[in-house]
Amino acid sequence: MVASVPIDTQVHDTYFVVAHFHYVLIGGAVFPMFGGFYYWFPKITGRMLSERSGPWNFWLLFVGFNLTFFPMHWLGLAGMPRRVYTYPAGLGWGDANLLATVGAFLIGVSVLLFLANVAVSLRRGEPAPDNPWHAGTLEWATSSPPFVCNFPEIPIVPGPEPLWEERGERRLAYGLRADVREVLVTHLVDATPDHRYTFPDPSIWPLLAALATTALFIGSIYTPWAVPIGAVPVAVTLIGWFWPKTPADEAEA
Amino acid sequence: MRVVRALDLSQLPTYAYGARSLLWWATLGFCAIEGTAFALALMAYVYLRLKVSVWPPSVPPPALIWGTLNTALLLGSCVPNFLAKKAAEREAIRPVRIWLSVCLLFGVAFCGVRALEFTALRTTWSADAYGSIVFALLFLHTTHIATDVGDTAVLTALIFTRHGRGRRFVDVSENAFYWYFAVLAWLPIYVMVYIVPRVW
Repeated sequence: MVASVPIDTQVHDTYFVVAHFHYVLIGGAVFPMFGGFYYWFPKITGRMLSERSGPWNFWLLFVGFNLTFFPMHWLGLAGMPRRVYTYPAGLGWGDANLLATVGAFLIGVSVLLFLANVAVSLRRGEPAPDNPWHAGTLEWATSSPPFVCNFPEIPIVPGPEPLWEERGERRLAYGLRADVREVLVTHLVDATPDHRYTFPDPSIWPLLAALATTALFIGSIYTPWAVPIGAVPVAVTLIGWFWPKTPADEAEA
Repeated sequence: MRVVRALDLSQLPTYAYGARSLLWWATLGFCAIEGTAFALALMAYVYLRLKVSVWPPSVPPPALIWGTLNTALLLGSCVPNFLAKKAAEREAIRPVRIWLSVCLLFGVAFCGVRALEFTALRTTWSADAYGSIVFALLFLHTTHIATDVGDTAVLTALIFTRHGRGRRFVDVSENAFYWYFAVLAWLPIYVMVYIVPRVW
């Protein structure tokens, strides 16, 4: 909107700009963020947020946000500058600013209500099923909250909304080893299974390699000798990292 | 909800070669990053060259002998690397041991000649902008070669132990891929360090 030069000339540095970008930010990012929080809260925590305070949260925010920012359009067009905390009395801006203040308090009440809802639901919320929304995407196929491994056995994904294509039957891929860290590697384009890749067990070597690398580069600020001398511990730690360990190594057979 | 265990993965292999391998993609990504670093260093050379009328500013160009010998060595080393790669993909342990050892010998010989190349630069990193950039180009490439020679040495040691099987063959194959990159990256650097100061 303010990319249009005639409008920008008129409203630059006025409250109109404040109104406009808050409409964009709150409508475009804050509402979706709250929506996402409600949507995935059951998956993250295993508990539902309260359905009773949810609509209150929404309407207070919706009314409060419009009450706060809609009058600012008019204030800006009427000449009120932004980034100035006060204005002379008698310009007729008082009522609209009062309205905006009331709206801001409504937003505050809405957010406090949301925080209370989260705090209470975390402890006493209704236990969430795997897929409370009958959604189609993959995260709703695992338990709420998910296992550390996400899926004990990998669901086969036939399309972009795999859970809507199940028709009462969940098809799983199985056979990855659980005693070593095996992951499934697929072909790049059609995602057909190709091989099982074994990831290494937890190891101290990457940390040692990072410390050795840090010492090399910080040392190189002070003397060029830090490069050839520091390369020795870097090489040792990288080799230690790379060297095959048993029993993960046995898994390669 | 009926659960059907529909697809058995337990019979899949535990490693694969080329673009099917994670390591191949990792190496490709590494080549993209390091190739960019080489390109930036080469551009820095061109930038400095355009700033002055006399180039090199105070010294004769680097002596051709060692750099040219090393280029020949590097191109020649592609042969044992090719053979090691092919043998690894056939999982033939004896030729892998032989050709990987030859690769290592080439690498060590290259590093020896590289040391002579530094003495033939006739300048040093702290002399002036010219000295800085030729040293940077040569040093940058040397770090890549030294890394790969170290890598090849460890892999050669491994391939002679009980670990010389399975995924180690993929490592040998990707080791050759990375070496090709170090060879390819050298050619523009050779031209820049040795030829450009003679003709431009």
